[in-house]
Amino acid sequence: MSEVSGPGAAGANGTTAAPAGGEQRGGLRVKRGLAEMLKGGVIMDVVTAEQARVAEEAGAVAVMALERVPADIRREGGVARMSSVTLIKEIMAAVTIPVMAKARIGHFVEAQVLQALGIDYVDESEVLTPADEEHHIDKWAFTVPFVCGARDLGEALRRIGEGAAMVRTKGEAGTGNVVEAVRHMRAVQGGIRHLRSLRADELMAEAKRLGAPYELLREVAETGRLPVVNFSAGGIATPADAALMMQLGADGNFVGSGIFKSEDPLGYARAIVAATTYYDKPEVIAEVSAGLGPAMRGLDVASMPREELLATRGW
Amino acid sequence: MPGGTEAIVRVGALALQGDVREHLAALRAAHCDAIAVRTAAELEAVDALAIPGGESTTMSRLIRAFGLEAPLRRRLADGMPTLSTCAGTILLSREIRDGTGDQLALGVLHLTTRRNGYGRQLDSFEFDLEIPEIGAPAFRAVFIRAPVIEAVGPGVEVLAVQGGRPVAVRQGRHLSLTFHPEMTADHRLHRLFVEGLERVVEGAA
Repeated sequence: MSEVSGPGAAGANGTTAAPAGGEQRGGLRVKRGLAEMLKGGVIMDVVTAEQARVAEEAGAVAVMALERVPADIRREGGVARMSSVTLIKEIMAAVTIPVMAKARIGHFVEAQVLQALGIDYVDESEVLTPADEEHHIDKWAFTVPFVCGARDLGEALRRIGEGAAMVRTKGEAGTGNVVEAVRHMRAVQGGIRHLRSLRADELMAEAKRLGAPYELLREVAETGRLPVVNFSAGGIATPADAALMMQLGADGNFVGSGIFKSEDPLGYARAIVAATTYYDKPEVIAEVSAGLGPAMRGLDVASMPREELLATRGW
Repeated sequence: MPGGTEAIVRVGALALQGDVREHLAALRAAHCDAIAVRTAAELEAVDALAIPGGESTTMSRLIRAFGLEAPLRRRLADGMPTLSTCAGTILLSREIRDGTGDQLALGVLHLTTRRNGYGRQLDSFEFDLEIPEIGAPAFRAVFIRAPVIEAVGPGVEVLAVQGGRPVAVRQGRHLSLTFHPEMTADHRLHRLFVEGLERVVEGAA
């Protein structure tokens, strides 16, 4: 082997590069592109560097660095904020896969801090206590890409209009109950099928009804899919849940409490990764599910008071 | 391959994780029959294999967990051509730097590759890349948490460099890139790969 010489390859975080060769950072293609590379994979919530290493070993495509998983946020109450900088740094140092972290809805300074830390993706998340009850972050202003939650097509397109490079269903985080994730994925996919059925002269009225940008509606009506990757999230607790979401059209899965609140985190993590890849092969899902201990204990979303629902946060 | 009037070669895209859909579309645009490969039986059914972008550690784990390592090694030893981008190039390299300790290195490419060699996502970039092999115009190359090829062995031809580092190389019938041609509408590199396969198939006929 001969070593190839070259100027130092490691770049400085977020700096705008020299114009040579039309070099560009933080453009739409690289922001959306990282999400494209995560497709077919599982992004796991972790609260320690050790959990992050378990997730990486199990085959996670990325980890979400958190102080508390949603199930604990739900139980403990109080204001849920961006995780501590120390914890995020520890997790970033512990693994080689992308690291995401959550900022509160509308809290653009938390997002600025996460970008300054060199995080790979910011989740502007309803799981944290919103900082703004009217406005989301202007995500175009950032080099770091954002993922946002959505319950239906209109909400997904509003977030994309604000610059989100990836969306996910909200589901109902921390419940271990997939019912809301299913509802939201069906709403997004059904909304896309409906758009495809409309005439061109009906799209403006539909844009008004959805409260979503007209240009994005036209794009979706033409291509039949969102312009960004759409993962599922919020209540996925078993390999079968993960495969269900993929069969319903998810590009991949976020799993929060479902892994590290189960009795066998490494086993669940590996099995959910496998079920996300082989989502249409029930014999594989059966095989990887064998021998797993109990899944996390779930909550019945229908019996929960509306003010306890996280999915209603975001506008 | 059955002699159809359209595609004369069948290329698989390793579909364990990553931007498989884009590779399948680009391969079809380059006039070949393209199928997703997730099982040993599907691997047997292809003339060549594209390994997409994604997370090399995830693909590495799934290759091992689902019994694909031995069939992959055997097909590669038998000379199966590959088109690899980003994570795919890492997986095929002889030596991986900054990998996880147990990460799979299939070793068919005489390359030493450093994962995330440019840094984190904030250092991801696009660039107008000159590739003499395909001529003008320059290729809009998208690098996403891309690896850096730090050393090349004998038999490796460097097709393009960026910042003094090889980013597109060819070794026999393997075409290996650290960026993502499948993310653009420019299919010249997929076409270059498929044409190389067609020449071999036609030559053998």
